[in-house]
Amino acid sequence: MSNHMQHNDSLLRFMTCGSVDDGKSTLIGRLLFDTKTILADTLTQISNTSKKRGMEAVDLSLLTDGLQAEREQGITIDVAYRYFSTGTRKYIIADAPGHEQYTRNMVTAASTANLAIILIDARKGVLTQTRRHSYLAHLVGIPHIVVAVNKMDLVNYDQAVYDKICADYLQFAEEIGLAAARDIRFIPMSALNGDMLVDRLDSMPWYTGETLLEMLEKAPAAHTEQSEQFRFPVQFVCRPHASADADLHDFRGFMGRIESGNIAVGDAVTVLPNGYQSKVKAIQLGETQLESAQTEQSVTLLLEDEIDTSRGDMIVKTSEAPEPVKQIEAFVCWLSETPLSPARTYIVRHTTRESKAKIGAIQYKVDVNTLEQQPTADLKMNDIARLIFKLAQPLMVDSYKSNRATGAFIVIDESTNNTVGAGMIV
Amino acid sequence: MTTSQKTLSHLDWLEAEAIHILREVAGQCSNPVLLFSGGKDSLCILRLAEKAFRPGRFPFPLMHIDTGHNYQEVINFRDQRAAELGERLIVRSVEDSMKRGTVVLKTPDEPRNKHQSVTLLEAIEEFGFDCCIGGARRDEEKARAKERIMSFRDEFGQWDPKNQRPELWNLYNARSHKGENIRAFPISNWTEMDVWQYIERENLGLPSIYFSHQRDIIMRGGAMMPANVALTSGEVINVPKAGEEVINMQVRFRTVGDITCTAPVLSDADNVSKIVLETATTTITERGATRLDDQTSDASMEQRKKEGYF
Repeated sequence: MSNHMQHNDSLLRFMTCGSVDDGKSTLIGRLLFDTKTILADTLTQISNTSKKRGMEAVDLSLLTDGLQAEREQGITIDVAYRYFSTGTRKYIIADAPGHEQYTRNMVTAASTANLAIILIDARKGVLTQTRRHSYLAHLVGIPHIVVAVNKMDLVNYDQAVYDKICADYLQFAEEIGLAAARDIRFIPMSALNGDMLVDRLDSMPWYTGETLLEMLEKAPAAHTEQSEQFRFPVQFVCRPHASADADLHDFRGFMGRIESGNIAVGDAVTVLPNGYQSKVKAIQLGETQLESAQTEQSVTLLLEDEIDTSRGDMIVKTSEAPEPVKQIEAFVCWLSETPLSPARTYIVRHTTRESKAKIGAIQYKVDVNTLEQQPTADLKMNDIARLIFKLAQPLMVDSYKSNRATGAFIVIDESTNNTVGAGMIV
Repeated sequence: MTTSQKTLSHLDWLEAEAIHILREVAGQCSNPVLLFSGGKDSLCILRLAEKAFRPGRFPFPLMHIDTGHNYQEVINFRDQRAAELGERLIVRSVEDSMKRGTVVLKTPDEPRNKHQSVTLLEAIEEFGFDCCIGGARRDEEKARAKERIMSFRDEFGQWDPKNQRPELWNLYNARSHKGENIRAFPISNWTEMDVWQYIERENLGLPSIYFSHQRDIIMRGGAMMPANVALTSGEVINVPKAGEEVINMQVRFRTVGDITCTAPVLSDADNVSKIVLETATTTITERGATRLDDQTSDASMEQRKKEGYF
């Protein structure tokens, strides 16, 4: 519990890990219901469906029960995004199914999350899937973990059961290095009864910690906890030279989103991979001139010198420039039904830059249940492996551990244009 | 090294994300188009496009797929806004598709929302667009909760929920082969409330029917319908039948779609801040209140999306 959790920032992205049996859909339904996000007509709709299915109470899990295709199959096949707001904060929930064959969905949901709720059924304790979810949350770099011991109502709200599960989890978390690297919190709850989510009922007086919503309200937002270097991948170059306005004749604006760090007018910058140096002349956001700009803002940068720059280049502070590389080593989650073929050439997309890539080596595959390393010749869907890629074009990368934006990439199959892999640079 | 001391407000964050998505479309696609109806969501996207691309021109034209079932003031507003921005507006109409015989109505007055798909696909082919930017939001309807920011459509414009590209971090893949199409949704992560708060903050103009006004209403099938509406096509619909009572009410529209299936709600909110307040306290969802065509079945939106609806 190392970090300062008293932040009150305005947007938090989090994910939920667990299967339907753990009460994950009920938990999300509860959060939406208790924060008054669910409106009357939706409630009528799900209450009718609940009655049709012969249930006595309204089944809140139906709220997250999305597509016809999956209703027919009775499973969740993809990541769904839900929204609620408390007045002080807006939340984006990534809801991913927890079955083993859906590792890729979990990785997808985790990629944008700053907090993960890992659900444990109080009757069952720490299971293989708990370990899998925790490993994946760790791999994808989610800094805050909330272990929610759910269905406390089915174990008579017994503190001893809860304490045992917490101890088991912590032991395992220490084994995989999760405990040292992440902020882990525990909470007992009954999502079905709405206990310890938004409201604190009187069934567990022995628990005096925060409710789930209190934890969410105080969890730090992304980019607020460690210092970061300035990284500005150029998305688009604005040159309105044909404009009637003579002032715009020499306008050359580099448009992009600040992936990390911040920048101010006058800062010395380098444009990679070419290494041209200049200074920031102006920063614009719409019609507004800014003196400085920070992480996650989409802005336009104007430089003092005329530099030939295009999409795929990266503007960095001269004092913090990474070395462009033509080989990367990374953990890759394979996303496609077509296995990775080591003989083929793929496209790696890193920030706004693309490069052809060949597999240099597959070092090993990780069994997501036992965390064992195994030798392998190819990768199938949902496999996670450590790979080396050789690149045709240099990329300006950071390690994923130090930067979740410039440490990440996707692998694209040029023949189908599908996104087939997700990579995290070691 | 520097630490960011503060984080963006939720509107600033949503704005920055949407601008990033618009610029990715411009950077990755060779011939995109922005779908613009004059409705509140697409007006937000126009504002976001200004912030993304000015002082340059938009790297795409605007296009409206006109059902012919529109209020004249919305159409006027659409044209006025495009002219103010100095951007090119393409209009393609469902009625032209009807003349070509590619849209066949079962009954003359049936809602035309679902027929927009045909006209849209015809326009995509005519201009060779490889990406359509739209204002859909994930909070609108269950079937949209899993929609990608960059959603892939095959040659028939079909959306296959089982065959969508995984979308990780903010690394969007908008690649497509000839004939295929990407639908890009920059305000996917916005809710109705976010949209109204943004309109308020940016002081955006809107068609007048979004604000409270007096209107003759008839009750049909349990829903409030505007009576005696003159369409842009010239015909007059919702003429009261014998026994139907016309009541003058204080109403506004929460969405502007095909008039025949868009019902107004009772409201005194005559400015944006009052609408923000009303949105915060409403008990009915946007589509539930106003979109009669979504009520048909639990899965009706999903069905229409598979058929190429936006």
